[in-house]
Amino acid sequence: MKGKTGIGTWIGFVLIMIWCLLPVAWILSLSFKSLDETTAGSAQFLPKDPTLENYSAILENGDFTRALINSFGIAIIATVLSVIFATLAAYAIARLEFKGKRLVLSMALAIAMFPVVSLVGPLFDMWRTFHLFNTWPGLIIPYMTFTLPLAIWTLSAFFREIPWEMEQAAQVDGATSWQAFRKVIVPLAAPGVFTAAILTFFFAWNEFVLAISLTSTTASRTVPAQMSFFVGPDPFNPPFGQLATASVIVTIPVIIIVLLFQRKIVSGLTSGAVKG
Amino acid sequence: MSAVTAPAPPQESHKRPKADLSDRAVAENRLGQRLVAPAVFMMVLVTAWPMLQALWLSMFKYRLTTPDDREFVGLSNYVTVLTDSLFWRDTYNTLLIMLVTVGVELIIGFTFAMVMHKIMIARGLMRTSILIPYGIITVVSAFAWQFAFSLNNGFVNAWLPFFDENFNWFGGHWPAMFAIMVSEIWKTTPFMALLLLAGLSQVSEDMLEAAQVDGATWWQRLWKVILPNMKAAIMVAVLFRALDAYRIFDNIFVMTRGAQNTESISFLTYRQVIEQMQLGMGSALSVILFLSVLLLAFGIVKLFRVDLAQARGEG
Amino acid sequence: MAAIDMKNIVKKYGDGFPAVNDVSIDVQDGEFMILVGPSGCGKSTLLRMIVGLEDITSGDMMIGDNRVNDLAPRDRNLAMVFQNYALYPHLTVYENIAFPLRLAGAPDSEVDEKVRAASKTLELDEHLDRKPANLSGGQRQRVAMGRAIVRDADAFLFDEPLSNLDAKLRGQMRTEISRLQKKLGITTVYVTHDQTEAMTLGDRVAVLKRGVLQQLASPRELYENPGNLFVAGFIGSPPMNFVPAEVDGNTVKLPFGTVQIPQEKAAKAQGKGLLIAGIRPQHFEDASVMETAKEEGSTFHAQVDVVEWLGNEAYAYIPFEAPPEVQEQLTQLEKDLDGESMRTQLVVSLDGASKIAEGDEAEIWVDASKIHLFDPATGENLTVDLSHAGRIPGMDDPQAKAHAEQMADQGEEVHSASEA
Repeated sequence: MKGKTGIGTWIGFVLIMIWCLLPVAWILSLSFKSLDETTAGSAQFLPKDPTLENYSAILENGDFTRALINSFGIAIIATVLSVIFATLAAYAIARLEFKGKRLVLSMALAIAMFPVVSLVGPLFDMWRTFHLFNTWPGLIIPYMTFTLPLAIWTLSAFFREIPWEMEQAAQVDGATSWQAFRKVIVPLAAPGVFTAAILTFFFAWNEFVLAISLTSTTASRTVPAQMSFFVGPDPFNPPFGQLATASVIVTIPVIIIVLLFQRKIVSGLTSGAVKG
Repeated sequence: MSAVTAPAPPQESHKRPKADLSDRAVAENRLGQRLVAPAVFMMVLVTAWPMLQALWLSMFKYRLTTPDDREFVGLSNYVTVLTDSLFWRDTYNTLLIMLVTVGVELIIGFTFAMVMHKIMIARGLMRTSILIPYGIITVVSAFAWQFAFSLNNGFVNAWLPFFDENFNWFGGHWPAMFAIMVSEIWKTTPFMALLLLAGLSQVSEDMLEAAQVDGATWWQRLWKVILPNMKAAIMVAVLFRALDAYRIFDNIFVMTRGAQNTESISFLTYRQVIEQMQLGMGSALSVILFLSVLLLAFGIVKLFRVDLAQARGEG
Repeated sequence: MAAIDMKNIVKKYGDGFPAVNDVSIDVQDGEFMILVGPSGCGKSTLLRMIVGLEDITSGDMMIGDNRVNDLAPRDRNLAMVFQNYALYPHLTVYENIAFPLRLAGAPDSEVDEKVRAASKTLELDEHLDRKPANLSGGQRQRVAMGRAIVRDADAFLFDEPLSNLDAKLRGQMRTEISRLQKKLGITTVYVTHDQTEAMTLGDRVAVLKRGVLQQLASPRELYENPGNLFVAGFIGSPPMNFVPAEVDGNTVKLPFGTVQIPQEKAAKAQGKGLLIAGIRPQHFEDASVMETAKEEGSTFHAQVDVVEWLGNEAYAYIPFEAPPEVQEQLTQLEKDLDGESMRTQLVVSLDGASKIAEGDEAEIWVDASKIHLFDPATGENLTVDLSHAGRIPGMDDPQAKAHAEQMADQGEEVHSASEA
């Protein structure tokens, strides 16, 4: 049974590949279709006459490049902050006994299932008061908060796998608590921190509700929000090719990260999801 | 002698709480609280505090465009929402999307997990491929499927047999719902599959071989050995996905903007707050949405008796 | 280098569970001390209190002339080898060994000198650049010891260091540890549940049960003069046989016959009614292979149930019936020793030349002078030679021992209450 891959498994393999890659291939193909072709209507999968005009158009579109910068800046800053805060909290949760631990855990759990939309109203109101509306911090703050639970979970699962003895050995060897944390725990937890960072980045890169609600101009609008407003002059006939091109461009970082760190992502996603 | 030692136990049990608070424990307590403080502060600032504010605002008739007309109306916003047929229709839509997508994802996801578990070669390629839908932006997925289903430029009509080439998927309620669900399912099945795969790899090969020796058929092994042993993983996957699906917004926003009665409860809330600036009414909707998610989570946890803390290893 | 003196140490956990009850052990400067007992006897807790990883509920922990109860581990200047070695996986072998020196801020030249010296002693030279993940179990063990010896620590502490190695390697490493300790002459406290390690390594051995010290003596003293049933059953392999016995004058009535015992032993056990006799398997022999019948000792005939022949020796098993009073005590003893309920049988160690086969009616010789007699109610050894038995708290200060036992009993209640 083992080591031999049955015919059913092979069919499954092919179906999964089609399932996962067909829509990606579709937008890629669409991004090479000219405006004339999509305006006239082109029901076929592949472009009749492949062209790069959409790419030059989208890269010359100041709004889009600005949104791309916003997306990168906001996602990266939110990720770094979230991971720093989560590392501290996860270390405490995995390693220390303190009052209020259960409260922190339940709070994180509640936020993990929080409907983001229900915060849009109050945040909209608050951010206008604090002059955070339509600014980078206005998105960074909620993004890092909403990713904290996931980061805390992933990291505390990693911390828990580091044997207790390791820290105790360091203490016996003459380390202070801080030295034990910095010289032993941090290097060992680095892969976990990195995994948490990837998952956090994905969240911030993907987020849409807050991005359209808490921004009003390209000063802070991210790519998903910008794309949803990028409909062009004719609302019944959106610029298919250019939207597809924008989609391709914004997917490239995702694919690079997936290619480089697939193992880490999978382990992070499933960490602690099963017992033992 | 027994007379001397008998009173000793209560004395000692009195000492216990003191022993509990040795210097080490006090220091540990303080360090722990300091370490979680920044995270807790952020979570309170961005969720607990606004939620309380929403609770407060929901008692007012308050429109941002005319802030001076703000007036206390008590619970009447809630009455308005709960007696409005639009709210119930959107709730129905949301529940329908949740049930169908999670159900379908569970089946497809399990099949994927089985294939990934069995296959011996090209595992890296497979893992990469399956992570692409997971990592892709929901808005991009929505656009890709909207275009695929589009009347003039989509390949779906051309590829599907028995379909009129001029069938307009976004022209009716059911086809539009179908398109939305396809995009949602495509994007989130990988998450489900990966969680189930993790559960599947916990089922020991020895146990399956023992079942085989005991005379179980493939079907019996699946239902009597594999599934019961990955119950925890299934429940965690269902819980997370169901709560996620209940908040569906991005796909609907991009694909239909709520046309053809495809609005979800999140979309309704968004429309009230951002498009119509009805902060009072919108806040009431926010509170109801939050409560219904809590109720849903509570229901699933109770129904399946998932010990989340245990399943997440939080013992 | 320093002596470690534990005075009336008590450890009570937050839930009320008493892990260590009023234990006093004095480890001399340069001595190799073993803490041994079945799992849950508090030996590891005691070790962790010495090194400072557990708080001490009450009592005094003295290292040299200093009371260290409130010192952090890093201020106690002790070196410890953990059960799973606790090697830092992100550091090379060299850096693992150098770790304590680096923390102390030692200059590179000194670090290098000391690490090289340690690696030479432990034959780790060719592995210095490797990571712990690429080492075998024995090599990891040696790296852990290297990390301990580079420091001029006051004492070495070992927490079951050999339990993760296979049997052959365990034997080699045991010799290695012993050699190293003799060479460095450093005070050492070593925790194990394995009585072979306890016997072979220790200058003195402290036997613990349920957090209470049972006996503190040299291995030979423990073997020849166990203070109570528990120590007698724990030390020695195969374990000591316990059979019902009644003393009448200079004779003892055992299930398989009556034997003569020395006058002074008989005197101590006179008129106590039903007793438990303890006889080590090695004190039996197949009468037919003995060259000359020894003067002391008796022979008896018995039906042999099972024989295990090992080449140099053979073990024969002879079942017998025990009266309920004795049976009860033996069942409890077996529980204390972490064993399964024992069938009442005699284990007899025979010479390899013995031809006794399964089912035979054999003539067995027993060295009656080595018999010990225990009080079934208290478990105390009535025939112990106190001048060669080290320290037995139950006999030196019965009241304190009884109090400690009572604390341990309370712990059992706490546990059973929390389980219910």
